[in-house]
Amino acid sequence: MRRNWGVGIYSVLILALLLIPIGYTIVFSFNIPARTNVTWRGFSFDNWINIFADPRVVAAFVTSIGVGLLATLAAAALGTAISIALVRFRFRFRTALTVLLFLPMATPEVVIGSGLGSQFLNLGVDKGLGTIIVAHIMFCISFVVITVRARVSSLDPAIEEAGRDLYASPAQVWWRITFPLLLPGIVAAALLSFALSFDDFIITAFVRGTTETFPTYIYTAAVRAIPAQANVFASVIFLLAIVLVVAQQLSAAARRRQLAREG
Amino acid sequence: MAFGAFSGETVVIEQPRRRSRAALWLLLPGVVYLAATYLAPLVSLVVTSLKTPDLTNFDIGRYQYAFEIGNYGHVIATYWPIILRSFGYSALATIFALLISYPLAYFIGVTLRTYPLWQALALILVIAPFFMSFLLRTLAWKAIFADEGPVIHFLQSLNILPANAHLNGTPFMVIFGLTYNFIPFMALPIYTSLERLDLRLLEAGSDLYANPGSTFLRVTVPLSLPGVVSGTLLTFIPATGDYVNASPQFLGSTQTAMVGNVISDTYFNLQDYPSAAALSIILMVLILIPVAIYLSVTKTEDLL
Repeated sequence: MRRNWGVGIYSVLILALLLIPIGYTIVFSFNIPARTNVTWRGFSFDNWINIFADPRVVAAFVTSIGVGLLATLAAAALGTAISIALVRFRFRFRTALTVLLFLPMATPEVVIGSGLGSQFLNLGVDKGLGTIIVAHIMFCISFVVITVRARVSSLDPAIEEAGRDLYASPAQVWWRITFPLLLPGIVAAALLSFALSFDDFIITAFVRGTTETFPTYIYTAAVRAIPAQANVFASVIFLLAIVLVVAQQLSAAARRRQLAREG
Repeated sequence: MAFGAFSGETVVIEQPRRRSRAALWLLLPGVVYLAATYLAPLVSLVVTSLKTPDLTNFDIGRYQYAFEIGNYGHVIATYWPIILRSFGYSALATIFALLISYPLAYFIGVTLRTYPLWQALALILVIAPFFMSFLLRTLAWKAIFADEGPVIHFLQSLNILPANAHLNGTPFMVIFGLTYNFIPFMALPIYTSLERLDLRLLEAGSDLYANPGSTFLRVTVPLSLPGVVSGTLLTFIPATGDYVNASPQFLGSTQTAMVGNVISDTYFNLQDYPSAAALSIILMVLILIPVAIYLSVTKTEDLL
């Protein structure tokens, strides 16, 4: 294959462009504290040391973490069940189901948001933490299905059959064979779900009532000034996610090497 | 494979599909959930879009059930330039994102194939923006392109921009923001297609005396088309409905309002729920037309 330096240099520039606003946000988490966090005044650890200084940022962050964890857990369970059914079973209305799973991803967020908002309004449901979680589970399910379904498709059913032949109960087959084998896919799906939920602004805005999540807090605060602690929390989440992704990649690479050795 | 790009699994083992009652129990909870939280709200939108102001209660935000088709005519007559603008901005952002992402996806999926470590690193960098708050990233661009910011200073020192130039609040910034935001959504599915590209096909092309240009156009591009289609949908659909980039608090101004801004304004500020609902339905229908064309060209089984 001929080395194509032009494409290489171009790609590095685009990757740099993708990283500029991320770098900016992290750098400004180290700004010397003042009333606003727009101009650079110099390097300091103050915002990181006083990470809990602004109670509204902390509350919004904690809310988003909680919503993200609950929505991810529920969406992972519902989505994994659908994925297994899609790969393993024959049933009527398969096409209708595929369309139902595809549509939430093909609907603009503002339509989903105003739809859920109108629904809760028509039903007289009070908007708040509960309605946010309900909405987040919904838009995470489809993404769980596409991720986990690929993993189910790569599973050899013979392994589970071997378990059944050795008199394992259905529960034992699930917990000791199927689930551990699906786990990498479920973890990837959970990471994606959590990222989607944690960063969702548009749908959340329509169903939140007066509850503040991290993104709705930033949107509201952007009118005046965003405290530097918001940058700190965003950087913490970013670094944590990158560590998780790198770990996942490394373990996948190790698994491939091991398989290559054994194979 | 439209959205399968996010999974990273490439092995598929053919599995016999059984018919069993177990399928029902696996499907039921999720399907009921989606019906209640996705389909029912769509019905709710249609119902709301046909409501009329409540004549017994003049409080703001009070409406009664009716069949007022005229709501649609009213919002189309009032907002058609903004609807048109939304599709224009979104189409431009999609084209720019495609032109920017294709070479990047080619580099990661084909050129870096012999360097797995670099390939993995480049992929992590492409998905890195997913993990940093979208609103904070957009505000970072706002600061970078601000009137006293580095970009304007630099362009002014080169005499490209006049002394009192603005970038924030212009259509350029909104399209730039949309393009930037959707590069990963465009690049990932194209990468997935190109990563599976059998390089021997390219060799075959050159063996048959095709020059690199026509090998690219007649072998590489057609084989990466599923990724291009997915990436285009993943960019165009959310970009058309986005209202953060175009909002005056972020990269836009009142002159760059998109349909999402109007929906959120009529919903939250005016509490004119029927108009917001009618606009949402119109947006959804206008978006589903290109998606339906995509459905008829590809097989539905390939959707996920």
